[in-house]
Amino acid sequence: MHTLIKEIDYGTPKSEATRMVTLEIDGQSVTVPEGTSIMRAAMELGTKIPKLCATDSMKSFGSCRLCLVEIEGRKGTPASCTTPVAPGLKVKTQTDHLADLRKGVMELYISDHPLDCLTCAANGDCELQDMAGAVGLREVRYGYEGDNHVFAKNNGSENFRYQPKDESNPYFTFDPSKCIVCSRCVRACEEVQGTFALTIDGRGFASHVSAGMDEDFLASECVSCGACVQACPTATLTEKSIIDKGQPDHSVVTTCAYCGVGCSFKAEMKGDEVVRMMPYKDGGANEGHSCVKGRFAWGYATHQNRMLKPMLREKFTDPWREVSWDEAIDFTAKRFLEIQAKHGIGSIGGITSSRCTNEEVYVVQKMIRAAFHNNNVDTCARVCHSPTGYGLRQTFGTSAGTQDFKSVDKSDVILIIGANPTDAHPVFASRMKKRLRDGAKLIVIDPRRTDIVRSPHIEAQYHLPLLPGTNVAIFNAFAHVVVTEGLVKRDYVAERCDLEDFARWEKFISDPKNSPEALEAITGVLAADVRGAARLFATGGNGAIYYGLGVTEHSQGSTMVMAMANLAMATGNIGRDGVGVNPLRGQNNVQGSCDMGSFPHEFTGYRHVADNTVRDLFEKLWNVELDAEPGLRIPNMFNAAIEGTFKGLFVQGEDIAQSDPNTKHVNSALESLECLVVQDLFLNETAAFAHVFLPGTSFLEKDGTFTNAERRINRVRPVMAPKQGMQEWEVVARIATAMGYPMGYTTESEIMDEIARVTPTFAGVSFEKLDRLGSVQWPCNDAAPEGTPIMHIGKFVRGKGRFMVTEFVPTDERTNRFFPLILTTGRILSQYNVGAQTRRTANVAWHPEDVLEIHPHDAEERGIKDGAMVSLTSRVGAITLRAVIADRMPQGVVYTTFHHPVTGANVITTNNSDWATNCPEYKVTAVQVTVSNRPSDWQAEWEQRETEHKRVAIKPLVAAE
Amino acid sequence: MDQFSDIKRMANQIATAFAAYPEEQAVKETANHIKSFWDPRMRKQLAEVMAKEASALNPVAFAAGKQLGLG
Repeated sequence: MHTLIKEIDYGTPKSEATRMVTLEIDGQSVTVPEGTSIMRAAMELGTKIPKLCATDSMKSFGSCRLCLVEIEGRKGTPASCTTPVAPGLKVKTQTDHLADLRKGVMELYISDHPLDCLTCAANGDCELQDMAGAVGLREVRYGYEGDNHVFAKNNGSENFRYQPKDESNPYFTFDPSKCIVCSRCVRACEEVQGTFALTIDGRGFASHVSAGMDEDFLASECVSCGACVQACPTATLTEKSIIDKGQPDHSVVTTCAYCGVGCSFKAEMKGDEVVRMMPYKDGGANEGHSCVKGRFAWGYATHQNRMLKPMLREKFTDPWREVSWDEAIDFTAKRFLEIQAKHGIGSIGGITSSRCTNEEVYVVQKMIRAAFHNNNVDTCARVCHSPTGYGLRQTFGTSAGTQDFKSVDKSDVILIIGANPTDAHPVFASRMKKRLRDGAKLIVIDPRRTDIVRSPHIEAQYHLPLLPGTNVAIFNAFAHVVVTEGLVKRDYVAERCDLEDFARWEKFISDPKNSPEALEAITGVLAADVRGAARLFATGGNGAIYYGLGVTEHSQGSTMVMAMANLAMATGNIGRDGVGVNPLRGQNNVQGSCDMGSFPHEFTGYRHVADNTVRDLFEKLWNVELDAEPGLRIPNMFNAAIEGTFKGLFVQGEDIAQSDPNTKHVNSALESLECLVVQDLFLNETAAFAHVFLPGTSFLEKDGTFTNAERRINRVRPVMAPKQGMQEWEVVARIATAMGYPMGYTTESEIMDEIARVTPTFAGVSFEKLDRLGSVQWPCNDAAPEGTPIMHIGKFVRGKGRFMVTEFVPTDERTNRFFPLILTTGRILSQYNVGAQTRRTANVAWHPEDVLEIHPHDAEERGIKDGAMVSLTSRVGAITLRAVIADRMPQGVVYTTFHHPVTGANVITTNNSDWATNCPEYKVTAVQVTVSNRPSDWQAEWEQRETEHKRVAIKPLVAAE
Repeated sequence: MDQFSDIKRMANQIATAFAAYPEEQAVKETANHIKSFWDPRMRKQLAEVMAKEASALNPVAFAAGKQLGLG
């Protein structure tokens, strides 16, 4: 059985120094890197020096005065956390004098602390209590009648030092009466999270922790990442789940199922109930940090809306009928076979989920290729990062980011384009902000003034607010400056890149039409700023590019990915620590779902279905003939459905009716299907059109792996049995079997072994290795048995790096006098994707509805007041939502999120897509905004569907019941 | 919006993306791209467009279709 994992706290951070120092602690010799604290050196020997304000996730502070030691030949009793080691030191951690001092310090702490240990939520996990025990505190001579922070009333009159408990945050409480002012929460907020929401207000005995301007936590800038709660040594900051349920008794290390950062967590449990999620210090992606979603927003897994029974219906307008697994599986197989008999082999297909495990995804694509006998498989990466796969493969030879997250610690210039990491990839953003506070330079290219442009102790050297849809133009201008001002790293290019392609590109990019001056009118960015930023990137040391969907979700998404690769190669910024072209992936396993052969033209490991050698390998292993033609991509499936050649669809854990663009078009495609099967936790928007509902498992029930944005394969471990009785891959394997292709696995580990057998980049991956090493980054094979944190070292995967000509072609989506504004969509911190998970948690406290952000001038012109309801109209649809006036928006651009189905943000977005991959152009839609006082027609239609299409028939009562 | 509007848009987009290359290479790249990424029924639709509405396609897209034996 699992025990409760407690990582060792060394008290102060690890020193990165290479020179070693030997000293003596309590007569024992120890050798540690220079710069290590005496406290940490002692812990290396297993000696726990008492401490309260020190913890190894943050710099030493030296305030609690408990970790005092004696050093031979030195005066006094220095704090061991702030005193570095030195050669030959002789340290004593325990003497009568030290014991007296420590006891005295503890006595003072406890004299201003309530003595309700038995009923305190931290009972069993309180460092203050532990230290009282460690120093042997037996009495508090000062009494409790004096000045204190503990009691509401003091000697009958009001105690102005007392502050009541702040319960405003939905996930944790702040009880100032238990605070010992060790500053760990304040330092965690600064050093670990980088938000600076907390401070110590007042001086001396009046010192107290203050959120924002002494506000409620919820009203302050606090982003609820939980770092302060984790750092608090007492019950001052405590999870509400711990207050409700008590301390956990065992824990399991697993991986978060939200964004592509892929944080490792300890799921802390009682029985099969999660008590809290605690970020895991040894997690490669997050190293002990978390955000509000991963740490707190896991309650959806047991939400009452979760469906646990398979369900069927003849027509999607019928109520759902609960059935057995056997009936649901047989019905699905029979329907799909009937459709194929009537409409042809290519008339059915499926979509794999970026939220499911590699093993689950692999099994779904295998079912489609081997049991459906076609390649009509796609994944939601189609609508997010498919241009990344295409663009990086063309230029570098591999469809993935080049670095590990840690690499950013060595970057000197960070260029962020089309990404909002503090909202969408918060744990990586904290890492990035730490490096920026330590001196790296920042260039942000984004229409909006995103939070990272200017935040406490961070200010971008350049923020280039370009017009949506002009990414390629601005990057061509960057490259033009690099080339024409002689900033190309010629040696690097000569050694690493294809010179014919480089020469063609150099000629193209040097053309004056690509100069910042010529493109100023198109991008809306001052030429001088573009020149300055380009020079900074090319000459500032290690330059790293981080990007998101603001790059890919355009008609020229793939071109832009190649434009970034060009710039990185020209400036010599690929193939070592601190540099690279780095996609920030949206969903937890979007990298993995692509790796696992979810694209209609590729088997696992990005190998084309027309490649006879590869197909032969799969045909032999799977014992089935495979189709050599590429299948339909998601948007092509919708078109084929409307045309009548595509009739059956299996959707694993995706909500295409909410997340895909041009909702009316998607819905009419779904309505025209003869059999739509949805495998999900909830009756989502897509399920409103479905004929079969197969209940899925949450990440807390899954056994398998997720692959994050840095190609890191992390283990997902179950902490409870599947609530609906069956693993998802087992359901899929049974459908394939019922369709005539026998598929049988007994464990997830067996599926991974098959993946390793057929995929060269995964050849060395197994559950055993992952359990042993924690995680590995692919490629993981004989050449790199422990994985590959950084790619293209010495040589590009494709051989020579290939410069691609990146002509700027404006999108067809244009503004005019009827649709004068541009809508761009995105996400915010507290919600995730379609919101199916986060809307079913207390995260709605931060974002109860989607709002439209609009520039004050655009709002004034239209008579729109802050908070007014407005109608948002594009050429394809109209919705109504609340407007918020925001000066971070540029004039002419409006912004909204797509987290709430009732808003219907995608009713507005169009069929336009990336030229290479059909990734939809979510980021540019011409719109008009007007004041409105009624819901849109679409919203009325949605309300009706919400009640009528999601009805579950009530079972007739049987006598025995 | 007619039945083939997406097919025409997509074929022209691909051809335009390779427009900066010498024509022969642009045609080859466009043809390769369509062959590698388009389901056969989409290629059939392109053939129909080439037969009925050739003027809706840019010359590189049309030539690529020819190279693929679609028209």
